[in-house]
Amino acid sequence: MLHDKDRIFTNIYGFQDKSLKGAMSRGLWDGTKQILEMGRDWIIDQMKASGLRGRGGAGFPTGLKWSFMPKVNDGRPHYLVVNADESEPGTCKDREILRNDPHHLIEGCLIASFAMGAHVAYIYVRGEFIREREALQRAIDECYAANLLGPNNVHGYPFDLYVHHGAGAYICGEETALLESLEGKKGQPRLKPPFPANVGLYGCPTTVNNVESIAVAPTILRRGGAWFAGLGKPNNTGTKLFCVSGHVNKPATFEEEMGIPFREMIEKHCGGIRGGWDNLLAVIPGGSSVPMVPAAQMIDAPMDFDTLRGLGSGLGTAAVIVMDKSTDVIRAIARLSYFYRHESCGQCTPCREGTGWMWRVMERLVKGEAEVKEIDMLFQVTKQVEGHTICALGDAAAWPIQGLIKHFRPVIEERIAARKGTARVAAE
Amino acid sequence: MAKIKIDGTEIDVAPEATLLQACEAAGAEVPRFCFHERLSVAGNCRMCLVEVKGGPPKPTASCAMAVKDLRPGPNGEPPEVFTTTPMVKRAREGVMEFLLINHPLDCPICDQGGECDLQDQAMAFGGDSSRFAENKRAVEDKDIGPLVKTVMTRCIQCTRCVRFTAEVAGTADMGLISRGEDVEITTYLETAMASELQGNIVDLCPVGALTSKPYEFKARPWELTKTESIDVMDALGSNIRVDARGREVVRILPRLNEDVNEEWISDKTRHVVDGLKTQRLDRPYVRDAHGKLAAASWPQALGVVAEKIKATAPEKIGIIVGDLASAEELFAIKTLAASLGIASIDARADGSRLGTGGRGSWLFNATIAGIDQADAILLVGTNPRKEAAVLNARIRKRWRKGGCPIGVLGEEADLTYAYNYLGEGPSSLDWLASGQNGFLDVLKNASKPLIIVGNGVTTRPDGAAVMAKVAEIGFAVGAVGPEWNHFSVLHTAANRVAALDLGVIPAAGGKSTNEILAACATGEIETLILIGADEIDTSNLGKTFVVYLGTHGDKGAHTASVILPGAAYTEKSGTWVNTEGRVQVGARAAFPVGEAREDWAILRALSALVGKTLPFDSLGGLRAAMVAAHPTFAGVDEIVPASHEDVAALTSGAGAMSGAGFVSPIGDFYLTNPIARASATMAECSALATARMRDAAE
Amino acid sequence: MSVRRLAPAEVQPASFAFSPENETWAQMVLTRYPAGKQASAVIPFLMRAQDQEGWVSKAAIETIADRLGMKHIRVLEVATFYTQFQLGPVGSVAHVQVCGTTPCMLRGSDEILHVCKNRIAPHAHELSADGKFSWEEVECLGACVNAPMVAVFSDTYEDLTKESFEALLDGFERGETPKPGPQNGRTGCEAEGGATTLNDPGLYDGTYRVNIVTGGGK
Repeated sequence: MLHDKDRIFTNIYGFQDKSLKGAMSRGLWDGTKQILEMGRDWIIDQMKASGLRGRGGAGFPTGLKWSFMPKVNDGRPHYLVVNADESEPGTCKDREILRNDPHHLIEGCLIASFAMGAHVAYIYVRGEFIREREALQRAIDECYAANLLGPNNVHGYPFDLYVHHGAGAYICGEETALLESLEGKKGQPRLKPPFPANVGLYGCPTTVNNVESIAVAPTILRRGGAWFAGLGKPNNTGTKLFCVSGHVNKPATFEEEMGIPFREMIEKHCGGIRGGWDNLLAVIPGGSSVPMVPAAQMIDAPMDFDTLRGLGSGLGTAAVIVMDKSTDVIRAIARLSYFYRHESCGQCTPCREGTGWMWRVMERLVKGEAEVKEIDMLFQVTKQVEGHTICALGDAAAWPIQGLIKHFRPVIEERIAARKGTARVAAE
Repeated sequence: MAKIKIDGTEIDVAPEATLLQACEAAGAEVPRFCFHERLSVAGNCRMCLVEVKGGPPKPTASCAMAVKDLRPGPNGEPPEVFTTTPMVKRAREGVMEFLLINHPLDCPICDQGGECDLQDQAMAFGGDSSRFAENKRAVEDKDIGPLVKTVMTRCIQCTRCVRFTAEVAGTADMGLISRGEDVEITTYLETAMASELQGNIVDLCPVGALTSKPYEFKARPWELTKTESIDVMDALGSNIRVDARGREVVRILPRLNEDVNEEWISDKTRHVVDGLKTQRLDRPYVRDAHGKLAAASWPQALGVVAEKIKATAPEKIGIIVGDLASAEELFAIKTLAASLGIASIDARADGSRLGTGGRGSWLFNATIAGIDQADAILLVGTNPRKEAAVLNARIRKRWRKGGCPIGVLGEEADLTYAYNYLGEGPSSLDWLASGQNGFLDVLKNASKPLIIVGNGVTTRPDGAAVMAKVAEIGFAVGAVGPEWNHFSVLHTAANRVAALDLGVIPAAGGKSTNEILAACATGEIETLILIGADEIDTSNLGKTFVVYLGTHGDKGAHTASVILPGAAYTEKSGTWVNTEGRVQVGARAAFPVGEAREDWAILRALSALVGKTLPFDSLGGLRAAMVAAHPTFAGVDEIVPASHEDVAALTSGAGAMSGAGFVSPIGDFYLTNPIARASATMAECSALATARMRDAAE
Repeated sequence: MSVRRLAPAEVQPASFAFSPENETWAQMVLTRYPAGKQASAVIPFLMRAQDQEGWVSKAAIETIADRLGMKHIRVLEVATFYTQFQLGPVGSVAHVQVCGTTPCMLRGSDEILHVCKNRIAPHAHELSADGKFSWEEVECLGACVNAPMVAVFSDTYEDLTKESFEALLDGFERGETPKPGPQNGRTGCEAEGGATTLNDPGLYDGTYRVNIVTGGGK
């Protein structure tokens, strides 16, 4: 049970003063210069000690990622790029940081950039977050006015922070697609290697981090990596913003401790499942890209990376999509298949062709217009996409369908049978 | 070198080699669509997936992974790659199935049929049936110009065409618009492509999405006789393959030659084909008493010519040889002229002044492949994009790598790469030489500066003076020396170097092209023999008895008293020496049309009638005699390097430079010779290019 | 995603230029990127053009391409790749973007779409009879805990019901600008009826402040 005193985002609902002054009154920008004076190694060590895993979905250790940046500058500038292209269905946490609590992010950008030898950082905000972008820009402007940022800022580390934005493309959440987009191109993921830490933005060493990963850094450094590591469980430490949507009584975004059991989380923050716990059908626990988990396995599961992976799913962005028994679960997944087809960048074959194929079969399954053997075929097609693409969008498109077939195959078969029955009756 | 094991076989490869290249080196076949050696790696088709031992539990795109990026085994064993495992087989079948689900499978009506990568690889690596029960995607066809036909439903979005136009051609005509399964290859709002190299995207397209528009439904690849030949549209000597069906040449494709054209050819080289069929001189003609050209037999026509030659004093006879003559007829006419005592002979129909010095003064001494090594380039009086489009792409290739500043003196044209514009004429050349504009230092500081001089210099009345100045700069910046010689002349005539090597220039007391033409006007010269010479001023030939030996009813033939129909370059075996001095031999792909004959044989027949029988009666005999007299012709596909002393000799060029700016000799890229002017395809391209220029000027 | 084409020639304006105010903005934006990397500004520029004109025209694409030293085809690629760019005219009063992705679908976006079809136009991207409205279904707009939701130009309207959405459209119809955000009384993403966290006053009076680096806090 996380106490408010251990919550990092103290204005996530925007109830408090959002201005720089308000943020400072809540402890932000406190001793930033002294933190920088502790040096790059200390900062990265603390981040490693905190056990923070990237909050953008993949869960890669943040401190380790920072340490990949070349220690010595070879003449090329270094860049920090913040991924605020929050587009994973179910996910709406970065939005709240951007519009209500942006100083966590701004201070984090300065510190992370310092730790990586970057003097310029870009925050890439998804195009649809217009008011969020404006709020962020206002906060940055305030920081410039207070000389917290800029070439001659009070921290003695020249640093410029710019807001950039996209224009409606989920794929730009993939870090190399984001870099392409930031360079003024289509957001098509790059081949790796080379990795961004060597060849990133404009061909220069670059680290791309999620908003939340950067935004928690200042508080972690002020309180110490050990404090963060003391929350949650080993390898799944700290606090996390959860977004619970779908069929709960009170959908909400809130910060909780990693590993909080699903049931406790829903009861405490979301007013329970719509229609009671017996009415729970399944949960997509980490954003649309992870496979669903049926109710029985989910109810008492701790919400952390390792447990959910053990359940054949994942914590992803901690975007929890709850489905009660009124849900047409085939249609719920078919709608995600539509989403991935819509958002495939079209660059590589399996994803470009596979997402369309999978969606079309899914649409037929929704109506039962299929043969039972096509369920297996669809499963095989998802396997033909998975692992064969340039980026992870192919996997993300495949997994929800795999989860559906794994857990709800009888439902699909019933619908096919029902359709055939209807057709037979109609024929007679 | 790095060690790597491919399917159990250990080999050594360069560390930066891709896995795909390593697999090929080990003899393992890896299918691919998007990968192309000369384009950037896209990694998008996913056909080249292989299994890497110890890597992630999924296959890896072998085109996009370098050997050096693989980690060795736990005990330092070389990394291992497999191309035949079940994982790889399944992955390939999966990708192939995806490629085919939305492909129309309309092979019976597809021009690519029989030479289609998708067909071949589907056979080799695909499954045996389709499981796709949905409707196939249809994509609107795009009109992207007169040369490339599109059937976009066939497209597999490999983006080779996009990368070619952006990287090699430098025009960035094509793009991949939209997103996901709706992506479409197109030009900007279906405007016609602007590249002179656009035809190459047809070769690059691994499916039938981009096919040759002029060749549409003309033939199937297995019906064609394929002949290796040499292109004559510019002085590059691109290696080509001439495909004929029966007697008719139906298409021209590039052949690989890393030292010359790599694997590209210009659109003129490729699409001049229809010009070989139209406006052809297919039988001899003799102008009758009424001034009309009347069909004649070979004995009649040759008889008339022989009588005229015999009746005319040699100093009253002039000979001009055009740009498309092979070395064989050049040698034959020169030998015949010498035996007849005709001194006024010139193969420099454009009025060029080059040819009196040593060979080094007219060769592209750096060699074409040498462009790759240059680290600074100066272009003087040349627009390589128009004069040798493929060579221009090579300059662009060097420029893209970086570290090679380029300076241009002459026309300020779009060359597809950025350059320092240094001015338009001799005064700017003086300024450059004075070191005041900084580019002289750029050249001086380069370790291998390259200077390219075009015919925009050599054909000027003050050509010798300008060449002297350029040669001086060449020495000053270290572009010429005993170690290397980067002073390079870019010719526009296919066989100009052969002509100069053979000495087809005025003999002592003889007249040059312009002097011959002037003498015709005054009547000083009574008989003029034109060997395929059409790019000359024919307006003052009213009094002259003109013998035209050539292929097309172009300018030269119109003024002729006697027409002797010759063979086009595809219709004879000929020797060509390109601008760098490379001797190349093209084979005959088809027979001359009608009663036309090979040019050397016509000259041989004429020589007998004038009583000066040439000392050879076969092509082999002719070549033996030519090589004996001119040893540089001995090595086919070889270059005999010339001495840098020849460049030094240029510096003594006499006279003052005029004020006029340098102008490229080529006005219209598409219409530079009689074959091109007879081609409807070239006419269409020319009209489009002219319209584009006009729009740009507005 | 469907095939995206520029609007037909008859509706394309002859030219495009940024307003003086936007021109000032454009010059400021260009300073954000390193020299020679001005192509980075293409998305912000196209978006600003859309904000100014309502949609992205051929003239805007070409003007911006020339301005940024990009080939026209490259900017066309960008304009057709990113679906937020409207390639044809949209409703003058409101272009309603309805999120239809699963989290919104689970909470009733079907009903919202139904209203759009009945009230605005039968098909997405069609203008209403008076030209004031248009709609489209879009993918997840990132307000999932406030589902279902729509976006109208720069603002989002969340926690909608069929009724509140109808009321919203009524407001636009009357020429008002309805108050953005949740339409059910919530402020933002907190649980309906009151936030379950961040209620401890100690958060706001410095009680819990800690700084191991400065030794500050308690």
